Amino acid sequence: MTTTHDHRPPESAYLNCIRCGLCLAVCPTYRVLLTETASPRGRVALARKGLEGELALGPNLFEQMYACFDCLACNEICPVGIRPADLALALRETQEAMRPARWKRPLFRGLIPHPGRMELATLPLRLYERLGVRRLVYALGLRRLLPGQVADLEAMLPRLPQRPLRRQLPEITYPFAAEGVRSTRVGFFLGCAQNVLFAEESAATVRVLARNGCTVITPRETKCCGMPARGYGDGEAAREQARFNIALFERADVEVIVTDCATCGSTLRDYGEILADDPAWADRAAAFSRKVRDISEFLMSLPLAKPAGRLAARVTYHDPCHLRRGQGVWREPRALLQLIDGLEFVELPEADWCCGSAGSQLITHYETSLRVLDRKMDNIAATQAQIIASGCPGCQMQLAAGARRRGLDIAVTHPIVLLDRAYANK
Amino acid sequence: MTTPTTLIRQLQAIAGPDGVLATAEDLAVYAYDGTFAEQRPDLVVLPTTTEQVSRVVALAAAERIPIVPRGMGSGLAAGSVPFAGGIALATTRMNRILEIDAGNGVAHVQAGVVTADLQAAVEKLGLFYPPDPSSIRHSTIGGNIACNAGGPRCLKYGVTGDYVLGLTVVLPDGRVLKTGGKPIKDVVGYDLTALFTGSEGTLGVICEALLRLVPRPRFIRTALAEFPSLDDASRTVNAILSAGIVPVALELMDETAIACIEEAMRLGLPRDVEALLILETDGSHEAAVQDEIEAAARICRETGARRVQVARSEAERAALWRARRAVSPSLARKAPNKLGEDITVPRTAIPEAIRRIKAVSAQYGLPVVVFGHAGDGNLHPNILFDRRDPAQWATVEKMVAAIFEISLALGGTLSGEHGVGALKRPYMERALGPLSIEIQRRIKQALDPLNIMNPGKVFPE
Repeated sequence: MTTTHDHRPPESAYLNCIRCGLCLAVCPTYRVLLTETASPRGRVALARKGLEGELALGPNLFEQMYACFDCLACNEICPVGIRPADLALALRETQEAMRPARWKRPLFRGLIPHPGRMELATLPLRLYERLGVRRLVYALGLRRLLPGQVADLEAMLPRLPQRPLRRQLPEITYPFAAEGVRSTRVGFFLGCAQNVLFAEESAATVRVLARNGCTVITPRETKCCGMPARGYGDGEAAREQARFNIALFERADVEVIVTDCATCGSTLRDYGEILADDPAWADRAAAFSRKVRDISEFLMSLPLAKPAGRLAARVTYHDPCHLRRGQGVWREPRALLQLIDGLEFVELPEADWCCGSAGSQLITHYETSLRVLDRKMDNIAATQAQIIASGCPGCQMQLAAGARRRGLDIAVTHPIVLLDRAYANK
Repeated sequence: MTTPTTLIRQLQAIAGPDGVLATAEDLAVYAYDGTFAEQRPDLVVLPTTTEQVSRVVALAAAERIPIVPRGMGSGLAAGSVPFAGGIALATTRMNRILEIDAGNGVAHVQAGVVTADLQAAVEKLGLFYPPDPSSIRHSTIGGNIACNAGGPRCLKYGVTGDYVLGLTVVLPDGRVLKTGGKPIKDVVGYDLTALFTGSEGTLGVICEALLRLVPRPRFIRTALAEFPSLDDASRTVNAILSAGIVPVALELMDETAIACIEEAMRLGLPRDVEALLILETDGSHEAAVQDEIEAAARICRETGARRVQVARSEAERAALWRARRAVSPSLARKAPNKLGEDITVPRTAIPEAIRRIKAVSAQYGLPVVVFGHAGDGNLHPNILFDRRDPAQWATVEKMVAAIFEISLALGGTLSGEHGVGALKRPYMERALGPLSIEIQRRIKQALDPLNIMNPGKVFPE
């Protein structure tokens, strides 16, 4: 949603809400808290009352905008075309414009857009794992001494890469043995979380692309897609990152822009919209967004090589909100998994119910996040799957924490990792 | 009166610290329902058990504080808007299914159970809870009972009240009354279950219900008939019913409704016809269900349908119903506000009612969209307008009065399934006559002498 010059959403963003209540049925925060205040309809009403002066645009009101998990279920169901989730994000920007929070600027402008600084900032986490401290903590049972929330956050950490992927990947990866076939020039958008936390997954993404005849360009200067800044109301930082990435990928001269992060993908697809009011950038942003594909979507559009190897496992799939609703991609990851011989695919009940991660809700809205996660874990446990696949780093960390809380012996990974392994298992 | 902070503390002692909401933001969002009417409550209480409700109501009675019960706030008559302030008592956290007794075909539920959740739970056991208001996923059993909600399937299966075997109600003084029971037949004393059903929260708080379940029909067929003429479509309804066919549902949508759905959902409905009918048959014998839908389709063709299509898959059928359920809200794409009326006329009067409603629209110059449960004569004429324009609002009020007059003149009633709430109060006396109003006032007086239970609703000033 674009906002006006004073960073307020336009009237059309809320005016026609007729309060039918359809959105209550699908909203995870409403379904666990069961209060109108925690519902999309409630947030739209609060936004309108705040903007029209009936309520103060103060901390209580803005707090409700941060209570939204941005799962987009309300956007999808609204028969009027109101997008309550987008409105909540727009109001966060309104708040920042009115009263900028002091801690945000260093974070969203000083740290996150700079890959090198991000890598440095996450170094202690890598050392924690690599130096064996994590094993020591587990062996001595020290984890039990941590307060519940900290233990859950610790459980979210995947096995971290020794070095960020950006420092391992060449800028150009050439296709494996693709004589005679015209090679597609694919721009790979390497997201921050994939770079520093899930490097093995994105390495697999690049391998699978190359194996299927693509020339993969991974621009080393790629900045954060902008979602964290947008989520915390710093719209200008998000737009600046968008402009940088658009110019970067223009120079790379690629046919498509592929990402394996659901959140990055949905943000990149929004560049056209968030820069629609910027005459110098609107067309370039729209052209960029049109090129964006999720990895599963792009692969399924290719004449994809059938993996020669087998992978015997019972696998289920969780729909990341920003992939299914944010990008309309849900058939492709399932189809991709079902290409693998030996893999027994089992559909997850309520697969598109939010896992409760929403980026940072396990930190900021711990109780609600866990209750949303509980419903997800009940459904996962019922599938008796050995692996849960999901193409979103936020979801993967949340699901890993959920599995550990329950003592479920289930691995969490990206669908691309399973495909890559099937190719390798000759 | 107790000071608010003391009161809040007392209520928190009953409903728990997070069971009482009191910030300006909380109160602002409990000010509305599914209409444009608004008034903030003084407090919101979210109890989880009948016992908590009883204690909250007893406290309110002692302090003479109004209690306004509400479920998910999808009502279309402003019945749960707290015009006199007081406590908004939301039953949304009373959402447990206490028992499904398959042997007796009875479900025992708390009032805050979402109707669709109950249906899903009983259908797993091969049972069926038929009432299906359009708000099925965003309304509660308690709200459905308090408004005696209907829905498309009423034509064959009847309304919510036909499935209520018994109730647990907290009376306006806090005492807990249990009515009815699991037996289907029960003629001992006055039918108090029926009295509370449709009472719109004015006689007590419905906390639990015993609901009758029936076997789930195993086969369903759904068809869509396209009518170039709205008049032909409305006459077809009678032709089908007179032929001895009892469809589950016979839903009508006019061209404006079709246009709104298409804009919202892009299902590929035809844009060049005046009306669509959705027909559905069900039963336990596949051949019989198929015969019925084919017979109904034949009649449609004879009475002017351009095309009749039977849904080929469950997905197609689901899409048709999704469209039908989205009609009402999707109208808001056309205007900031809509007022959805709910008149019901004897079914042979449907064509005439629709003709007269369209004439009212032409006379006053605001669009009126017509759709509804044509099979049982229940029509939802929706007036589209912008409430910020005082002239438009004045016109709307005149149009509403004119539509009610049409219904009454044709032997119909003000509301088939939404209830009176606040919006239809001015027309009550005209619809029912003074004697009926007097009797109802005495019932209200007998149960709620302090007038604290949803005051200012249903009865004329």
